[in-house]
Amino acid sequence: MMLFEQSRSRREAMRLAAISVAVAALTPRLAFAKPEDVKAEMDKLYGGKEMATGKLKLDMPEIAENGLVVPINIEVESPMTEADYVKSVSVFAEGNPFPRVLTYHFTPACGRAAASLRMRLAQTQNVIAVAETSTGQLYTAKSEVKVTIGGCGG
Amino acid sequence: MISRREFVVAATAAASLATASGRSLAQVASSGKLTQDDLLRFDATGKVTLLHITDTHAQLNPVYFREPSVNLGVGETKGLPPHVTGAAFLDQFKIKPGSPQAYALTSEDFVALAKAYGRMGGFDRIAALVKAIRAERGDDNVLLLAGGDELQGSWTSLKTRGEDVLQALKALKLDAMVGHWEFTYGADRVKEIAEAGPFAFLAQNIRSLEWQEEVFPAAKVFERGGAKIAVIGQAYPRTPIANPRWMTPDWEFGLREDDLRRQVESARSGGADVVVLLSHNGFDVDRKLARRVKGLDVILTAHTHDAIPMAVEVDKTLLIASGSHGKFLSRLDLDVKDGRVAGYRFGLIPVFSDAIAPDAEMTKLVADARAPYAAELAREVGRTESVLYRRGNFNGTLDDVICQAMIEQRDVEIALSPAFRWGTSLLPGDPITFEAISNATAVTYPNCYRSAMTGKQFKDVLEDIADNIFNPDPYFQGGGDMVRLGGVGYAIDVAQPIGKRISNLTLLRSGAPIEADRSYTVAGWASVNQNVEGPPIWEVVERHVADRKTIKVEPNDAIKVTGA
Repeated sequence: MMLFEQSRSRREAMRLAAISVAVAALTPRLAFAKPEDVKAEMDKLYGGKEMATGKLKLDMPEIAENGLVVPINIEVESPMTEADYVKSVSVFAEGNPFPRVLTYHFTPACGRAAASLRMRLAQTQNVIAVAETSTGQLYTAKSEVKVTIGGCGG
Repeated sequence: MISRREFVVAATAAASLATASGRSLAQVASSGKLTQDDLLRFDATGKVTLLHITDTHAQLNPVYFREPSVNLGVGETKGLPPHVTGAAFLDQFKIKPGSPQAYALTSEDFVALAKAYGRMGGFDRIAALVKAIRAERGDDNVLLLAGGDELQGSWTSLKTRGEDVLQALKALKLDAMVGHWEFTYGADRVKEIAEAGPFAFLAQNIRSLEWQEEVFPAAKVFERGGAKIAVIGQAYPRTPIANPRWMTPDWEFGLREDDLRRQVESARSGGADVVVLLSHNGFDVDRKLARRVKGLDVILTAHTHDAIPMAVEVDKTLLIASGSHGKFLSRLDLDVKDGRVAGYRFGLIPVFSDAIAPDAEMTKLVADARAPYAAELAREVGRTESVLYRRGNFNGTLDDVICQAMIEQRDVEIALSPAFRWGTSLLPGDPITFEAISNATAVTYPNCYRSAMTGKQFKDVLEDIADNIFNPDPYFQGGGDMVRLGGVGYAIDVAQPIGKRISNLTLLRSGAPIEADRSYTVAGWASVNQNVEGPPIWEVVERHVADRKTIKVEPNDAIKVTGA
């Protein structure tokens, strides 16, 4: 029942790809989003509305074991009835090339507003999730994930 | 018959730390002779006894192990044990300088006291103590637990993939253990060890990557002294970061606090009177965890090799730190009443090898395990004029030797040596045998690479590792020390955030600052990458020591530390 939507429309992706190519011509490194880019993207989606913490649970490791596939578990507390259900959950990354990673869409028939994914993290950064309910409530949670270059333990 | 060393110490002290009551060790020592009975004297309480050994690093025989003189705490752990060393440690725990405890627990007067009190540890000595305690308390009342890093750290363990220590642990009648370096023998070998038993190999925090299923049993319930004791296992949560992930490619680790909470709840609802976390998190991580995960009566800590002569109470949880390399056996008596711990008594028993009559069966088992390698182990490569040790936040003389070996044998400007906390110590005048070299280098990924690195890459690596030690949040601390450097000096402000701690990087051979864009030749070993090329590090060190014949280490003043 859960629908999956890429974070960018095709047109957006093309435009961003074009920018990346242009950037690549100047520097061999990918341009990374900044916390301001995530804020701008969130403002665009949610209009700067107030967000509550507590109901959305974002479960990620403190330190990524493999930055290429970092596990994320998301769960939102909700009755998931026609009257009150979680419509969507979006995931944002403050230090990856694109500020919005993806959006999950839910319906009351989903029963639970929960999802698991694995994402690549280019560097140590904050990952933010935002849930929007059918009643217009916004819930958020943030997790800092450390991506190491050379651990040393023993 | 082993010769009994006379313990003659000038000082007297009233401190009674290592023995829970009666004559203190210091009093004992001042009276002239320390005996096995003195080490075992304990004012028993309740019916249940937990015994804990940890991080023995496969040292089957007694060893010298110098505790750190520098072990800085940052943030909320600053100035708290285990981040207290030397004279401040003696002060805090009211230990008389020059006493047996001072020798066992600190680096103060290490060389002189090592000569007076001798080597510590040895599985035949531990076995003698364990047997005596079992006899005193009754077999059915004693639980023996090992905190991990037991099967790695020696030549014989490397060659037998931990089998030598495994047999010794079985002979000790171990009840359960957890793992860290055990995983560097590869997933198949660890599964084999775990499934062979008879003791339990526990890990609540390891999952299969694909299905998120438990790889090992999370917990086991034991009946001891009429009480149900649930032991939950916690493997070293950063194993795939600090050690090669390719050796356990299908497993995911991590702290997994929520899963741990569920384990505690399930233990309680299953009727457990006592819930114990057998942990390899490291002391600071466990101190934080004790505040966040309720319902743990005891955390048996490990990994960071701290020896603390008292139980540290965090809310209602007791934290026990039992040292490393077989130097200590922890005894925790619990008085269990109405389904809870009503009282306890703790003793950190120092395993003074010369004071204990070794257990003959274990002596034979160890000798037999070592026999096939006897010639290699005994091979004398050179001698040392300096005390050689590894432990300490920034450098150790043994690592200085290893770094110098890499610079000379691999012809590089810079050498990096991993800051492992294991490895035995040598006294001035001691022969440097191949065994001594392997005690600091025996890993399953030993290749000494030769490579190039820019100044910027080099600094980024140092910053990353420094953050792994000095991040003020213990959950971001990996539990090693600062990488050891040869050929380079630097300043470090441990109070700064990542990216801002390291400065004044200097190439020592020219005195010139390290340039961000310049490429430098670098050698190192124990890379976590796969298919690393180069000779094993023990060969590199052996060639160096053989070339020099006599090793003398000058004081290392290339690292300036601030912010502590």
